[in-house]
Amino acid sequence: MDQVNNLLLSSLVFSPVLAILILAFIPNHQGGAIKKVGVLGTLLPLILSLFLFASFNYGTANLQFVEKHDWISIPISQDPSGTVYSLEINYELGVDGISMPLLVLTAIIGVLAAVASWQIKKRLKEFFILFHVLFIGMLGVFAADNLFLFFIFFEMTLVPMFFLVGIWGYGEREKAANKFLLYNGIGSGIMLLAFIVIYLVTQTMNMEQIATIFSTPQHPIASAISPAFRYGLFLALFIAFAIKLPVFPFHTWMLKVHVQAPPSIVMIHSGILLKMGAYGVLRMGIGFFPEQAYQFSTWLAVLGIINILYGAVLAFVQKDLKMVLAYSSISHMGIVLLGLAAMNTIGFQGAMFQIVSHGFISALLFFLIGVIWDRTQTSMIDELGGLAKSMPFVSGILLAGGMASLGLPGMSGFISEFFAFLGLFGSLPVLAAVGALGIVLTAVYLLRAILRTTFGPTPDRFARLADAQPMEVIPMVVLLGFIILIGVYPAILGNPLQQTLKTIVPIVTGIGG
Amino acid sequence: MEVKDIFSYDWTYLLPEFIILGFATGLSLLDLFAGKRLGKHAIGLLSLLGIVLAGVFVFVNIQTMDQPYSYMADMIRIDDYGNAFKLLFLGGTAFTILISLSYMRQSEVAHRGEFYYLLLSGLLGAMVMASSADLITMFVGLELLSLSSYVMVGLRKKSLQSNESAFKYVVSGGIATAVTLFGMSYVYGLTGSTNIYEISQRLAEAGMMGFQFIIYMAFAFLAVGLAFKISAAPYHMWAPDVYQGAPTPITAFLAVVSKAAGFALVFRLLLISFLQVPSAEGQFFLTQGSLFIGWMAAASMILGNVMALRQANVKRMMAYSGIAQAGYLLVPFVPPTTLFFSEVIFYLFGYLLVSFGVFAVIMVVSREQQTEDLKGFAGLYHRSPVMAISMTIFMLSLAGIPITAGFFGKFYLFMGALAQENYWLSAIMIVTSVISYYYYFGIIRQMYMRAGENEAPLSVPKGIWVFIFILAIATVFFGAFPGLVTDYIQATFNPSFDFGNMLPTRTP
Repeated sequence: MDQVNNLLLSSLVFSPVLAILILAFIPNHQGGAIKKVGVLGTLLPLILSLFLFASFNYGTANLQFVEKHDWISIPISQDPSGTVYSLEINYELGVDGISMPLLVLTAIIGVLAAVASWQIKKRLKEFFILFHVLFIGMLGVFAADNLFLFFIFFEMTLVPMFFLVGIWGYGEREKAANKFLLYNGIGSGIMLLAFIVIYLVTQTMNMEQIATIFSTPQHPIASAISPAFRYGLFLALFIAFAIKLPVFPFHTWMLKVHVQAPPSIVMIHSGILLKMGAYGVLRMGIGFFPEQAYQFSTWLAVLGIINILYGAVLAFVQKDLKMVLAYSSISHMGIVLLGLAAMNTIGFQGAMFQIVSHGFISALLFFLIGVIWDRTQTSMIDELGGLAKSMPFVSGILLAGGMASLGLPGMSGFISEFFAFLGLFGSLPVLAAVGALGIVLTAVYLLRAILRTTFGPTPDRFARLADAQPMEVIPMVVLLGFIILIGVYPAILGNPLQQTLKTIVPIVTGIGG
Repeated sequence: MEVKDIFSYDWTYLLPEFIILGFATGLSLLDLFAGKRLGKHAIGLLSLLGIVLAGVFVFVNIQTMDQPYSYMADMIRIDDYGNAFKLLFLGGTAFTILISLSYMRQSEVAHRGEFYYLLLSGLLGAMVMASSADLITMFVGLELLSLSSYVMVGLRKKSLQSNESAFKYVVSGGIATAVTLFGMSYVYGLTGSTNIYEISQRLAEAGMMGFQFIIYMAFAFLAVGLAFKISAAPYHMWAPDVYQGAPTPITAFLAVVSKAAGFALVFRLLLISFLQVPSAEGQFFLTQGSLFIGWMAAASMILGNVMALRQANVKRMMAYSGIAQAGYLLVPFVPPTTLFFSEVIFYLFGYLLVSFGVFAVIMVVSREQQTEDLKGFAGLYHRSPVMAISMTIFMLSLAGIPITAGFFGKFYLFMGALAQENYWLSAIMIVTSVISYYYYFGIIRQMYMRAGENEAPLSVPKGIWVFIFILAIATVFFGAFPGLVTDYIQATFNPSFDFGNMLPTRTP
């Protein structure tokens, strides 16, 4: 691979820097220019990610666009003769079939969230700068091939999110920001602990090498530690990412953020940040410790079912449209867990489809809530109603988004749920049957919430609301377009996944089963 | 010892100490006879010159020495261990003078001259503490630093708070000294020597002869007494009051230089003296001894971080934060390995940058707002974005969030603890770090999310603006490239020799 190619991934990850630099030099009062740069700046990562996606080779499971540079070297141990051994932390990037689609997802949602940020009214410059820092962190998480680097990028999303929620959120924004910070801080701490112990065992921070070491049967380094110890490491990683995902009972922070954060940030949060948890479970939990993951799969399925049912039942009784969608996110993340618990290709595929599909669907739905809130200043279901008369286009898209979310065939939600359950029926049929109940409930709570807001009598004060503006139509149409695209042509996502999953699954089933 | 023996030593190695001593006495005389005629900043600038000169000679020593040089049976011992700490002390004192020069109010401290030469004598005490291997000189250094600090804390003569905190500092410091001396008396009683290398061997013999209980007592008294200087639990309660009452530059001096000097002394004294003592489970220091220090570390981390949550005064909050930082710094001793040195020095280096940055910002804000309350920071971002962003970087560094020097320091300590399979302390470190997010981000909340009483731009003098800006950049820079510092430490210093090659190595 030539030198230019070698810098592709770095230039993708750090491409938002350009926008940050330009923004820094625009005076505060030129709001229009700031918005334009903020939105146009997100196009660069999108173009680069689409270029990478186009030149991605489906035929191999190896990491592609690999980059490696020396970075930090610190003394970490010493033998009695005085020779010092150093911890080498390299700057390593690379993508495979799992991370490539997520990078594209991140770039797409990033652009649309920037467009949705058009509604932000105060402190625009800071908003867009932080937005782009967050963007770097998210792209980096999916591109990193080194535990230390992964951790740095993971933390890089933490601080901007704190500000974005705490400054631009609704009424209880500071509480939400604090809760976000503390929960995720604990998660990061546990993650760091697991990472360092893994390093101390394997003497490497390269994710690919670690996966090889632990998944090779009878590998001398891996067999130096007991299976119980490995199980402990797996659980530590799982808990760290379960907080992010979030898995019940670690979900309370996520509800607060969903309700209090500004709509464009919720799009990012629900569309991408939660997916970092799912990605971590798949890439590190299952990728590093396939045997332990296999043993844990029943519990994984049980946790998934709890998430599905708990989310669905609570979504049914919520009065706030945002809360309905927040609980719906918990419910849908349960399906990701179910797909992972299946421990077979179809299940993993379902989980990955669900990650991507829910990214688009939740971004769409939260964007619509933002649009509605902008006009009505409320998101309470009881106060809304009859919006279909005054805002037919928005209501139509809302209904379509709801249909996608409840898994209407022809849309992405259907494909992902179908694969996830198909996979799970293959391995844990009873649990799969229980989980399938959740799908029924999804239809109930989503239709209740959406029909009550769009149909029925229109309150007088909502009779003359403006329908969607051109700036608002773009994200709606694009997101819905992707949802339908994946629904009718799943191969666009399935192809890149294929090879990578083919290498993970035999390891999992080979060792475990 | 005869006079000619004294002249037979090569005194050039002691030049840094002599320079500081010379400047301290010279400046006090100058102030006495010509104080009125000198410019406002003359004495401060001259003391800065002295520190720079001393620093140059410390570098010369580092470059020219390949093994420790000992004066009068280790009464003074110039070695890599001490030299590394001296660089930190000199840097810290230079920073103290810099922030005082550009920002001290005439009314705040009546006698400006005194302020600077007391700082120099305190610095001299710290340097002696770091480069002696004898109980007597260690104690002299300790007292020199302590006595200078007592006066400096009380320098704001007309402020009731300053007086109160100086008094508290003297009283609790006196008790701590007594406890330390009591521990030393046990050691001397058992060994009949004040040289810590001799003590090391004789305590081992005493341990084998069944005097273990007395040895444990001596260890406990020394550890508790010296905890005062590093403001670690159980001797931390003085810190909040003293930090609050002292003039802010002195608070920074106490937080960094005085604390680092305490660490230099604690590590050398306890480690060398007690390392060879046997116990039922192997080496006493590596088992019960370091466990004792582990409890102190855990208690400091928990108390410091939890108490900091409730503080409304920034300097009190920083005092509790400092207690917690002392706890983190004790972690590499549970149990110690040859690598504790680079871990501690890197952490202290990061802490030096960040602490002075924080206290400089506090000075700017509290002087203008007339309050040291957290509320004084409200809306700072709108009034001076650079100050607010720098403060944010410092807070992230203290909280241990990348990419900052503080994060890497903590990461390094944490990694060391896990390599020692010291899981319980690592867990406490993580949980308390996350607790600390709350109050460090509390300042950030004030700066960005609350409206201040006034919106007018904050006027920040050029000097201190540049100082804070450079420290903020350095905090991020050394967070991204920590290897620059660790490589230097590794290439330049080899303290394992100072510890008689007795420390266990951490094998891969």
